[in-house]
Amino acid sequence: MAPPDTVFDLSAFLAQMHAGHAGLLGVEYRAHGPDWTELALPYQAALIGDPERGVLASGPILALMDTACSIAVFLKLGVERSHATLDLRIDYVRPATPGKTVIGRGECYRTTRAISFVRGIAHDGDSADPIANVAGTFMFTDL
Amino acid sequence: MDDLPYAHALGVRPVEGDPTLLTLPFADGVVGRPGFLHGGAIGGFLEVAAIVALRHALAIESDARIKPINLTVDFMRGGRDKPTFARGIVTRLGTRVANVDATAWQDDPARPIAAARMNYLIVRA
Repeated sequence: MAPPDTVFDLSAFLAQMHAGHAGLLGVEYRAHGPDWTELALPYQAALIGDPERGVLASGPILALMDTACSIAVFLKLGVERSHATLDLRIDYVRPATPGKTVIGRGECYRTTRAISFVRGIAHDGDSADPIANVAGTFMFTDL
Repeated sequence: MDDLPYAHALGVRPVEGDPTLLTLPFADGVVGRPGFLHGGAIGGFLEVAAIVALRHALAIESDARIKPINLTVDFMRGGRDKPTFARGIVTRLGTRVANVDATAWQDDPARPIAAARMNYLIVRA
């Protein structure tokens, strides 16, 4: 039987974001609600994918959205159930503006016994003018 | 790939003698939950593999630019603390759009840890 769930501790989760892949990307916390979170990806030259134009690569935006959506799952549940990304679909609506911080908002709109459904957008200041649109699922790994 | 700062930051390296095969050493910068690769790092690695494959396919027209349109990644197994490999395959190279598949594995190419399909816009000079 799975051990009893512990309450999700957002600040503890955020405290370890300075390490690992989120640390490499420089991902920062911005805001959260009952089923969503907003993270920031500050512009840095090391993450460029198009050197001629200075545009960020798409990979860091994918990682930002994966992380934001995963935190949204924890927030929606309120407990720390381990989960893994099952699939993630991302539409790159337009290139990120060079020099600007990318903001990623992930939302968990539904959880079931085995699966969580997420969606999100990335933008660089105006959420009505997104950089990327995301939809995905996470599966719980404690079943 | 040398001109892709992001690929360098991730730690992606080419595999000698095979122009579309890449490797990603396990390092702190690609870790998600302890002992496992971050899904975003795996996805980013697959995108690099796709771009390398597409550039290879476009080699004769080096002035063509490619822009990502979309990406769908399936995560099949956790990425453990060992080297990961990835390869992109261009399934269709059109005049305006390319379809690319990419797969990542660790011990056995037949047991992928993740696979992605991507559409790229090709902008010819």
